[in-house]
Amino acid sequence: MSVLAFVDTAEGKIKKGSLEALSYASQLAGVLNTRSEALVIGETQEDLTQLGKYGIAKVYHVQNAPSVFDSQLYTKIAADAVSAAGAKVLVFPGTSNGKALAPRLSAKLKAGMVSGVVQLPELNNGFAVKRSVFSGKAFSDVAILTDIKLIVLNPNAWPVSSGEGSAEVIAVQTAHASSALKLLNTSRTSGKVPLTEAEIVVSAGRGMKGPENWGIVEELADVLNAALACSRPVADAHWRPHNEHVGQTGIAIAPNLYIAIGISGAIQHLAGVNRSKTIVVINKDPEAPFFKAADYGIVGDAFEVVPKLTAALKKFKGLS
Amino acid sequence: MKILVCISRTPDTTTKIAFTENNTKFDTSGVQWIINPYDEWYALVRAIELKEADPSVVIHLITVGGQDTEAIIRKALALGGDEAIRVNAESHDSFFIASQIAAVARNGGYDLIFTGKETIDYNGAAVGGMVAELLDWPYINQATRFELKGNTAQITREMEGGAEEYEAPLPLVVSCQKGMAEQRIPNMKGIMSARTKPLKVIEPAAADVLTAVSRFDLPPPKAGVKLVAPDQVDELVRLLHEEAKVI
Ligand SMILES: Cc1cc2nc3c(=O)[nH]c(=O)nc-3n(C[C@H](O)[C@H](O)[C@H](O)COP(=O)(O)OP(=O)(O)OC[C@H]3O[C@@H](n4cnc5c(N)ncnc54)[C@H](O)[C@@H]3O)c2cc1C
Ligand SMILES: Nc1ncnc2c1ncn2[C@@H]1O[C@H](COP(=O)(O)O)[C@@H](O)[C@H]1O
Repeated sequence: MSVLAFVDTAEGKIKKGSLEALSYASQLAGVLNTRSEALVIGETQEDLTQLGKYGIAKVYHVQNAPSVFDSQLYTKIAADAVSAAGAKVLVFPGTSNGKALAPRLSAKLKAGMVSGVVQLPELNNGFAVKRSVFSGKAFSDVAILTDIKLIVLNPNAWPVSSGEGSAEVIAVQTAHASSALKLLNTSRTSGKVPLTEAEIVVSAGRGMKGPENWGIVEELADVLNAALACSRPVADAHWRPHNEHVGQTGIAIAPNLYIAIGISGAIQHLAGVNRSKTIVVINKDPEAPFFKAADYGIVGDAFEVVPKLTAALKKFKGLS
Repeated sequence: MKILVCISRTPDTTTKIAFTENNTKFDTSGVQWIINPYDEWYALVRAIELKEADPSVVIHLITVGGQDTEAIIRKALALGGDEAIRVNAESHDSFFIASQIAAVARNGGYDLIFTGKETIDYNGAAVGGMVAELLDWPYINQATRFELKGNTAQITREMEGGAEEYEAPLPLVVSCQKGMAEQRIPNMKGIMSARTKPLKVIEPAAADVLTAVSRFDLPPPKAGVKLVAPDQVDELVRLLHEEAKVI
């Protein structure tokens, strides 16, 4: 028996969500009195013995898998690894690939899966996992009724914890090596922190009046090394690209710090950001509903407040 | 070309979330129900666009739900689609739902199945992948663009920090998100014709349930906002550093 974590990579590099999954798997293995192991599919330039730092004892590295992420093929590979490892709990990061692979594997193994998980399972009475539901507006405890259990973490819900240690790496060759999919093109949002992985997010709404005014928002994001986000109408009006749209129908995020500028705080917007640890709202209307969901607020004109805040942060960081 | 679009019903996005029966059931009293936005705006509308480009395309809608889901199925038919299937069962277990959809798809001769990225109530992001596995079809999730090129599809998929463009063979399952299509409002002609479009009700196939919801909780309320004067931004920086410890 073991707890097996799926390590999601992008161009061979381990994603932040995977470190969360490794940390979660090791903690859970501690509670269950067993060991935690990891599955890496495809080529990687990372030193996999280093996964020991996250408490992982053994890494199964499937070396000859195609690098194109194909959930159909990866499911077959993962199912083989699950039986080789005798894994009883499988932990997936809440990344795009994690969300494609976990449900397939759940169906293949006929093993119950819960996504959006935010805590370790409750083991007193079966195996119940707390997850986020109603787009972050509530939690629910879900019992997994099968012998093998699949857990998909909510992004940023579980802290990465690392220490000392080195993992044993087992090289695996798979017979499932040809994919029906062809990867035509990969594009990266250049150099920026991915929105779902960002510790700090600076977001702006219709209060900015037009796309030409985003300079002050970008400067604030720059000093904080933050990712940029926006409200839906801003993306709909093509002021900003739609991959910055957060909320109920956009991306759901849970950064440590969310700064909302000129956003009213409609319930659909809050649904995507209310798991943020700290929320700062800058809005000229003291009645804006966002203040009710905020930890800190400034009632004022963004065009005056934001440049001042950027300057204060530069001073704080010793940048000026 | 035959497309199956998976339609689920969710509470309106402004619904106040509350629970009853000792926090074991979602309180549905006074809830306005809508088509899950991902299913409506992106999956269904993209399917309709494919049919507009090629009238020989046939669109079927499927929902797994009780009789009270028929109002939103009619609404979906008013937007477009040729006929609808309702599997008469209520469940929140993704595997049970996926098993019903796969059972219908297996004998339906479909080339393509569209789902939404996730339901906005249970947020499983699970049903599409499970259907694909049960059928042993390829699956591409979180698609923002879908084009047909004969018997293959070109799909863009958005993910952490970037996008990927794939070519995939049919049959295929795709989960759809923003970018695929633009939201539409049904017109009068659509609403009239939806009344007479076939809505077939079938009984569920035997299938396992792998999970069970045991209780719900609301997050603890916020302590209340601390306001800082607009000319005191240094104070905000101090609070973020010393009190919130986020910078
Ligand atoms: C089904 C559905 C799904 C939706 N999904 C989403 C979603 O995912 N994400 C989302 O964001 N929205 C979503 N919406 C839309 C949502 O209801 C709101 O309309 C939207 O969030 C409002 O965007 P906003 O706050 O930028 O604009 P507004 O509501 O127009 O607010 C602008 C704010 O800027 C302030 N302001 C103006 N000028 C200044 C200034 N100079 N300085 C400081 N503040 C200023 C104003 O006081 C106001 O509070 C959805 C709606 C529906 C019906
Ligand atoms: N009861 C249902 N009936 C039909 N389709 C569904 C149902 N539940 C979910 N789906 C489809 O599966 C997608 C993902 O749902 P979920 O896995 O619950 O997040 C939804 O966007 C729908 O397209």
